[in-house]
Amino acid sequence: MARSTSARKAVNALIGLGVIALLLGGANLAQVLSTGGSWAPKLALDLEGGTQIILAPKLESGQEVTQEQLDQAVAIIRQRIDASGVSEAEINTQGTRNIVVSIPGRPDDETLRRIESSAKLEFRPVIYTTSASVSTIGNTDTPTDGSSASATPTPDPSLATTPTVTPTDASDPNWVSPALLEEYNNFDCSTLDKVQTNVAPADEPLITCETDGSFKYILGPVEISGEDISDATSGLIGNSQGVSTGVWGVFITFNAKGTQEFADVTSRLYSYITTDTVRNRFAIVLDGKVISAPSTQAVISDGKPQISGSFTQESAKTLADQLKFGALPISFEVQSNDTISATLGSAQLVSGLLAGLIGLILVVVYSLIQYRTLGFVTIASLVVAAAITYLLVLLMGFRLSLAGVAGLIVAIGITADSFIVYFERIRDELRDGRGLESAVEAGWKRAIRTILASDSVNFLAAGILFALAVGNVRGFALTLGVTTVVDIIVVSLFTHPILQLLARTKFFGEGHPLSGLDASALGAVYRGRAQFRAPVGVPAAKQAASSREAAKRQTIAERKAAEFDAARNKGKDS
Amino acid sequence: MASFSQFGNDLYTGKRSFDFVKRRRIWFSIAIVMVIAAIVVPFLRGGFVFGIEFSGGSEFTVSNPAKTADGSIDQSLASDAVRSVTPGATPKISIVNGGSSVRIQTDLLENTDSDKIRDALAATYDVSTDEVTSSFIGATWGADITRQALTALIVFILLAAIVMALYFRTWKMAMAALIALFHDLIITAGVYGILGFEVTPAAVIGFLTILGYSLYDTVVVFDKIRENTSEGTALTFGESVNLAVNQTLVRSINTSVVALLPIGSILFIGAFVLGAGTLRDISLALFIGVLVGTYSTIFIAAPLYATFRQNETIVRAADKKKTAAVARTTSGAVR
Repeated sequence: MARSTSARKAVNALIGLGVIALLLGGANLAQVLSTGGSWAPKLALDLEGGTQIILAPKLESGQEVTQEQLDQAVAIIRQRIDASGVSEAEINTQGTRNIVVSIPGRPDDETLRRIESSAKLEFRPVIYTTSASVSTIGNTDTPTDGSSASATPTPDPSLATTPTVTPTDASDPNWVSPALLEEYNNFDCSTLDKVQTNVAPADEPLITCETDGSFKYILGPVEISGEDISDATSGLIGNSQGVSTGVWGVFITFNAKGTQEFADVTSRLYSYITTDTVRNRFAIVLDGKVISAPSTQAVISDGKPQISGSFTQESAKTLADQLKFGALPISFEVQSNDTISATLGSAQLVSGLLAGLIGLILVVVYSLIQYRTLGFVTIASLVVAAAITYLLVLLMGFRLSLAGVAGLIVAIGITADSFIVYFERIRDELRDGRGLESAVEAGWKRAIRTILASDSVNFLAAGILFALAVGNVRGFALTLGVTTVVDIIVVSLFTHPILQLLARTKFFGEGHPLSGLDASALGAVYRGRAQFRAPVGVPAAKQAASSREAAKRQTIAERKAAEFDAARNKGKDS
Repeated sequence: MASFSQFGNDLYTGKRSFDFVKRRRIWFSIAIVMVIAAIVVPFLRGGFVFGIEFSGGSEFTVSNPAKTADGSIDQSLASDAVRSVTPGATPKISIVNGGSSVRIQTDLLENTDSDKIRDALAATYDVSTDEVTSSFIGATWGADITRQALTALIVFILLAAIVMALYFRTWKMAMAALIALFHDLIITAGVYGILGFEVTPAAVIGFLTILGYSLYDTVVVFDKIRENTSEGTALTFGESVNLAVNQTLVRSINTSVVALLPIGSILFIGAFVLGAGTLRDISLALFIGVLVGTYSTIFIAAPLYATFRQNETIVRAADKKKTAAVARTTSGAVR
């Protein structure tokens, strides 16, 4: 029967809502227990303070940093921080050369590394390599002891600095001039960290070591640079059967130019596979250090190489994010790392919350005046919406700034609109002469269409702003998206089921004057099941249209019930 | 409030009706005048004032400041010192490294003012002038954020137009909604400029909220128009649009009141109790935006849509027939 179906649906919807709330609550509980979080939302820089990191550029003597480079660095650092999930960070320049990054809370080492390193990626072919402990090749009388080699290498000026034979490609051993060999022999891997910037010009060979100092290399000129990377992600590397090997890596996607270059280079290096195991190798150089130098086992023509090295899950993600957003024009180092207090006093937050409370009380009073008892449904719905929003804010861990708090308070109005649209639709249906239960169903069908259409505009705004914008705007988009989703959840899983159930009660079903759904006050007189007096003051055309409309939208159950009633009445009469 | 629900009934049945569509010339003229004023007046006043987050500014750091009796640092002393030189300023003040120094950020200052503030801060915190350093700082809301936000806006407006055109099955509704949206944004920005408030990130966030709200409100009313105009009635096109706007008028009033109550209380507390700051910036933009957004749906978007459609040959022919029919049946009085 129609009545019990709608009631069962209503109960099911409420159970669904309960499950959602329990899941959210449970997830939060798990988070609180496992990571030592708290049940209070985290606050942003303006309300709680955080850490102020001053970054100074690492410059070689005589090198200057331009305003353009600084602005570019700020933009890249901002994207890196956004990608790490820290919202509401503030980044700006200070003076003519420093960058100030203010982030809420205390950053860990991984975050600092993510911010400061340049992440200049280069692919260079290997020309020579030796284990770092063997610091020489060829017959020279330089001691093999690393400590004595750490003396600043002074190239013998008598040695030729240019190759004697012009090299034909980047792997050509002719790149190694006598001076370069001398420098290589004197190069100590342990000094690599102290060297400010170990970046040779792209068209010249480079002497460097593996990140952990285990191998020393002479690398050819840059074949492909990080600028040609169109995307980078991190994940576990799979073997040829697609089974995870448990090794973290970075997956790179090149643009068209990079793909072409990469195919050319790998096909050349692949040709050495049987003849020259050294020149078959390919070094991936990050900020002047080799993160790995794999041998070329195949020609890669799809432009999607994977990099493995000694990555952890975190460092792989950091590198992927850095590669995706591009290299900083210069490297920076942390000059100072200080705690910083909130810029707004707690008085601002308290006043904001007080204002919100006053606003809420006014909303409650207004709904009660407008919708009588039905106003309580609005209030209960707002409470449910607030609770779910709160849990989501906690779970997603986004930090609330004062603007964010204001945004959430303002969302009250936009959330309440769904209820108002719905209630007005029910009233419209009552005016057209329907009984409450069918008015609730018919009003809902129309209202949910409007609610979904209008909310999808908001959701579209939230989605696009979140995907494309950076900085504060992204935080705003997240708030807007969350409140919109919560709005739809609450109106369909709480407000509507509650009304379905209330419509069955005597108080609402008979249209008590205080119910807010008093049919007589709405211009339609309800006389009992399926019997109506024609609404007063309605033009005949409108009445005809609405009864046509009502007949059109009758459910099968309603039609059967009406036929059944008609048949029974006929039987009684005879 | 029986009279209000009676009012709602009358609007629904058409017994009482406001001529939103018929008198559109008046509303359009008002809108044009307001938009021009919103563009011209701030310009005459010397353009928008951008906050420190957009334009950068000056930063002072006071090392080892004097502490109050309970060992804390009084931040309000710093803002008093800044205001003694540049009245009306709203400096951002924070304590760095647990009390070893105070950081004060202000709008970009002339060198003479900057020196005066240094002296004032040194006096306030009882340190020598050497302990107060000053430097210039760049914008935290840099050109990159603005550029990305604008890209996102343009993509949003294009996609929203497509979504609306598909949902309503006519691009004319999308067009009317977007014109109303621009009207709302220009007027909200204009009021900001006329009042001479600083444009801060909070204000921009407020603007973006209005962007969503204005379209949202228009879609709700347009959905009723879609319903009314797709069902066969004896009304002309313009009349059906007008009836739909009247039928949703109670909802428009209720929604805007419910939205404005919390915003209004934040604005009141923000502006009169706390003075300039985040709360005032965001709530002012929202207050004007919600007001104008609701108004523009009723007075601009709906009449504009009726105007766009009325000149279509099919609509015109149908309207002519219906008008003739009404003329024949003189008793069809209540409309």
